[in-house]
Amino acid sequence: MKCAAFDYHRPADTAEMLARLAEHGPEARVLAGGQSLVPAMNFRLLRPAVLLDANALPGLDRVQADGDRLRIGALVRHAAFHLPVADGPLGRLLARTVPYIAHYPIRQRGTFGGSLAHADPAAEWCLIAVLLDAEVEMHSQRGVRSVPADGFFRASFTTDAAPDELLTEVRLPLLGNDWHVGFYEFARRAGDYALAMAGAALQIGRDGRITAARLALGSVAGRPLRLTTLEAGLRGELPGPDLLREVAAGAGALVEVSDDIHASAAYRRDLCGVVLERALRQALQSLPQDAAA
Amino acid sequence: MTEKRRIVLTVNGTEHAIAVEPRCTLADALREECRLTGTHLGCEHGVCGACTVLVDGAAVRACLMFAVQAEGRTVRTVEGLAEGDRMHPLQRAFQEHHGLQCGFCTPGFLMLAAGVLEETPDIDDAGLREALSSNLCRCTGYQNIVKAVRAAASEMRR
Repeated sequence: MKCAAFDYHRPADTAEMLARLAEHGPEARVLAGGQSLVPAMNFRLLRPAVLLDANALPGLDRVQADGDRLRIGALVRHAAFHLPVADGPLGRLLARTVPYIAHYPIRQRGTFGGSLAHADPAAEWCLIAVLLDAEVEMHSQRGVRSVPADGFFRASFTTDAAPDELLTEVRLPLLGNDWHVGFYEFARRAGDYALAMAGAALQIGRDGRITAARLALGSVAGRPLRLTTLEAGLRGELPGPDLLREVAAGAGALVEVSDDIHASAAYRRDLCGVVLERALRQALQSLPQDAAA
Repeated sequence: MTEKRRIVLTVNGTEHAIAVEPRCTLADALREECRLTGTHLGCEHGVCGACTVLVDGAAVRACLMFAVQAEGRTVRTVEGLAEGDRMHPLQRAFQEHHGLQCGFCTPGFLMLAAGVLEETPDIDDAGLREALSSNLCRCTGYQNIVKAVRAAASEMRR
């Protein structure tokens, strides 16, 4: 399995990259880590005429806090998140999520921005982006724009990015210390695509009650799903095992799944509740013991 | 598009001036152009790990990188592990602990383990098993590979 022939360019700066994108448009693909793009090319599912290698672009490999946001350059490799990239709950959530992404050598090459641009429904970073209402920044010769994750992901492998646009940065909110976070996914084999995954972030007030909740499921639809009705059900409540189980049990009814070769629809629905409950439990582990009712 | 590009690959400390099409993967360039056939190709889509090599010290799939991308980088393959006749601790440990049978996956496992241990010399058991889950072996059942890498890790720490 060898990929079809293509023309290769490695622009030295963003201006050159944007010019190439404008010139080649849909014929071209941007190469970041290549851990999904190259297999698809080797299978000849994709046959781009032009490959534009982003790896020499300066400044896209940095993670930096900026006010209440964390700015993640599009070329930051997955492996960079194993040690928390920021103090507090956000760095913790990213570090808890990254081990689930494929395998060690894939994490050495794959990039945060590439994962979002690829928009695989089973991608962990896409789930995190939707969970935390990430802002996705894109550049083209027409200008710069940022879109919220909810508007960025359109459908399976489909984003709002136009063919001449380059994803440059993703911004996530630096969650305060009153946020408690968790991630869990289930796959048949270590490193495999998940059958279901869940992210949870709970903000707990001084009185021990939940003041805000963010819940999301991945791998069960064309794009990550925010579970806003379940989030509303948590607000104002005292967190505890019974509440979490009850809320998580409602997750399966919110997804449209069907039987396939990997699992039945009933099994997948059940799994949605399981992964969500486990993500919620992990979130509550960082609560002081006496606070968890 | 199929025009060949002249590049210089630095593999195991030796420079190889080669000409490749852009679509030539690093793995194919190592085997066909540099004539270093120790790097094996199994699945060619990043799943089996037989083609794992070190690029700038990081264990990566050589089937998911194009040779033109490795220009100016330092590549290490299984041929670079031994020092003359003296095998690398990982190679000795694989032999002693029966960490291979047919040997097809072995170069990939050796380079994966080399990358992991150079990054984290004191890696714990769970971390080691997680890292070794990256590659496929159809002979050993993995237990002896884990044993071998664990033994090599303690020898390399000495």
